Amino acid sequence: MADNILVMKNITKLFPGVRALDNVNLEVKRGEVHAIVGENGAGKSTLMNVLSGTFPFGNYEGEILYNGEECHFKNVRDSEKVGIVIIHQELALVPELSIAENMFLGNERRGRFGLDWDETFNQAATHLREVGLKDAPTTLIKDIGTGKQQLVEIAKALSKNVKLLILDEPTSSLNEEDSKMLLDMLLQFKTQGMTSILISHKLSEVAYVADKITILRDGATIETLDNSDHHVDEDRIIRGMVGREITDRYPAREHHISDEVGLEVRDWSLCHPVYTDKCVVNHVSFHVHKGEIVGFSGLQGAGRTELAMSIFGKSYGANISGKMFVNGKEVRPKNEREAIEAGIAYVTEDRKANGLVLIDTIARNNTMARLEKVCHRGIVDVDEENRVANEYKEALQTKTPTVQQKVNNLSGGNQQKVLLSKWMFADPDILLLDEPTRGIDVGAKYEIYCIMNDLVAKGKSVVMISSELPELLGMCDRIYVMNEGAIVAEMTAAEATQEKIMAAILHSDNKGNEEDNKGA
Amino acid sequence: MKVSAFLKKYTMTIALVVVFVFFTALTGGRLLYAQNISNLLLQNAYVLVMACGMLLCILTGGNVDLSVGSILCLVGAVSAQLMSKLNLNAFLTIVLCMVFAVLIGIWQGFWVGYIHIPPFICTLAGMFLFRGLGRVVLASKTVNISNDSFLNTFTSYITVPGIDGDLHWSALITGIVVSILLVLFTVFGRIKKARKNYETGSAVVAFAQIAVIDALIIAYSWKLTNYKGIPVMLLWILLVILIYTFITSKTAFGRYFYAVGGNEKATKLSGIDTRKVYFAAYCSMSVLAGFSGLLVAARIGSVNGDTGMSYEMDAIGSCFIGGASAYGGSGTIPGVMIGAILLGVINQGMSIYGLDNNWQYVVKGTVLLIAVIFDVVSNHKTGKA
Repeated sequence: MADNILVMKNITKLFPGVRALDNVNLEVKRGEVHAIVGENGAGKSTLMNVLSGTFPFGNYEGEILYNGEECHFKNVRDSEKVGIVIIHQELALVPELSIAENMFLGNERRGRFGLDWDETFNQAATHLREVGLKDAPTTLIKDIGTGKQQLVEIAKALSKNVKLLILDEPTSSLNEEDSKMLLDMLLQFKTQGMTSILISHKLSEVAYVADKITILRDGATIETLDNSDHHVDEDRIIRGMVGREITDRYPAREHHISDEVGLEVRDWSLCHPVYTDKCVVNHVSFHVHKGEIVGFSGLQGAGRTELAMSIFGKSYGANISGKMFVNGKEVRPKNEREAIEAGIAYVTEDRKANGLVLIDTIARNNTMARLEKVCHRGIVDVDEENRVANEYKEALQTKTPTVQQKVNNLSGGNQQKVLLSKWMFADPDILLLDEPTRGIDVGAKYEIYCIMNDLVAKGKSVVMISSELPELLGMCDRIYVMNEGAIVAEMTAAEATQEKIMAAILHSDNKGNEEDNKGA
Repeated sequence: MKVSAFLKKYTMTIALVVVFVFFTALTGGRLLYAQNISNLLLQNAYVLVMACGMLLCILTGGNVDLSVGSILCLVGAVSAQLMSKLNLNAFLTIVLCMVFAVLIGIWQGFWVGYIHIPPFICTLAGMFLFRGLGRVVLASKTVNISNDSFLNTFTSYITVPGIDGDLHWSALITGIVVSILLVLFTVFGRIKKARKNYETGSAVVAFAQIAVIDALIIAYSWKLTNYKGIPVMLLWILLVILIYTFITSKTAFGRYFYAVGGNEKATKLSGIDTRKVYFAAYCSMSVLAGFSGLLVAARIGSVNGDTGMSYEMDAIGSCFIGGASAYGGSGTIPGVMIGAILLGVINQGMSIYGLDNNWQYVVKGTVLLIAVIFDVVSNHKTGKA
């Protein structure tokens, strides 16, 4: 008992109509990394919000013992005072302010007159060193990447004298390299005596870093696994999460790739839309057969999203050059509308910001990319629209009472299905799927994979951009590896392995450096 | 649960009824006089018309058009001068003024839509610009309009020889015909839906709604019967309302306004030209403002440099009172019309009661604030903030 930094007993939290948490118990030992896993909606974030005081005391049932004392947090400030800091999935940083200002936001270093800037920057620099960031504390948040922003959040937590650090999906928007760095940092903090709770969908990370793994399902604790030797079986975790055996994480597919080429891109280059002298994609050529899933692997910033978006009617980039062919015919879409008409669809990686109108209904989102298909002389046939939406709802098994439901009431996986239906309704020949399974749970991922298989079975060409290597290896027929705006390797699914892909990226990096050196 | 859902859906309608009853009582029934009822909509013609256009602007993301009061003044001034200085006939004046309004609309829409000038700033500039131009056109004087055919086009009443005497029975007959048509439309609409196996809502609710609307139409037309008959201006207002209701609720293009306000990036990536949507919103707004200029000029019979002062606030207020979201993406024309009429009833009720003009502002401001607070809080509670 004495070495438990945190004990949560019989926590029950009700939302209107939903029992989000049902008698959840959690024990966290001092100095361990404790992972919490579970499908979307299992109650992970709710539990952490109870702990951090986002849901104030009295709003839930049960008790929280921190260092053996019962706590009644009324807000986040209360929990931070005793050293519990939560870092949310969506980063809470102000882009226009500097790293140091963000770090001490709401917790400002005061001097005799106003802010003590020397103190602010000094302390910020110290904490930045602790997380291995070399950027100056005066750098603006908007000028550093997501990976570094995540580190700033952790440095911010350190500045609050954190004893128990809670990370909610810290790596969901990071590439493999940055993720690894972040996890290693957690291990390093562990040796310094800090306790952390990690919420993650990525089981490989959990297995790598956690000492204990608690599995939540439908708002209840299922079990806590010991992972001190870091050898827990991923399938074992999945079994606990979904309550059933998933023998295959990727659905089997009959490979019938046609000889015909659906999409071919030749010598494609483009520049950053603002810094037009900076090339984001350099002379890239690739092709996708009909009935083929082609993966694009690479680190964050390798230019994959930019490539896909520029193909989709020049929706990103400046000075775009190169040729593209759809079904053997050259097309030059000038905008998104022409791209859709040419049979191309780009399914965004960020469904909330760029994909869906969240305050609108499923039915209205469903038809958005090709509204004219349910229109007669510019007038929307609402009945037809609802019929179509219901059809897709059945086909994709979207879980919702009606298609009149607003999209923001759906879970991530179901939102992704609505996004896919929207683009399937546009009836493209080529689908560019950008991170199609980001932030959704294992069960929903499997369903998305099945939908992808159905699409290629119908002879569509699918491009799949993903930062999760196992997923690419499990789903694709062929994989292109991109790094710094260029394709550095191409391999078939049979010959590809995680090691080979990473090696291709690292090797190309070295080559780049050598050339730089020659230039200098 | 059901009662609260009903209350939430019809909040503003209920508020309108409450306010109406309140002012009827306060004015000792004077609000219900046929003349007052007839004037209620005519007095607020410009609000009803401009609120339709303002809704489109607000839908695109809570953006408003501040320049409409000034555009109203400028177009009104041009019409007055064309007729008094150049002796142009009424028809030509109206056509020229509408063309001019379209040009103003293209000017505003171009900057907002294609150059991405923030609407607030662009229309603030327009507010000064067009007010100034209006005063220049008027040479700082009040210009009277004496062209009868111009005035008749907007302010006369329909009299059908043979039917209309002291009582204008044509109004009541029209009201009854419209009511019957509404019932028929509802019945046939439901039959058509049922035949195609589409979902039809509860019959009781649908017909109860129609019954209430019909009762109101007939009551209103009875009041018109008792006071000069159907005003032509009412037809103009209804025309605008019908067109905008149709666009926003039925057409694909109308759908785009909601989409842009809901998520502009997603809309753009769905192949919709968002620039065109902004352009259309601000262009149509200026056209309606210009048209309101003609309505106001005709109703008052003269135009001066302060005509249309702060009218933009009435139009904007109606939209928010009528349930348009301050963040864009939701709101309906019928809702906005209820908001406009609510403002109108408050205005007229207070005028009849004889409340000091200054206090009228206080009341209007309070109502607007309450409406928006209610909207934000009720959405927040259902978790949609």
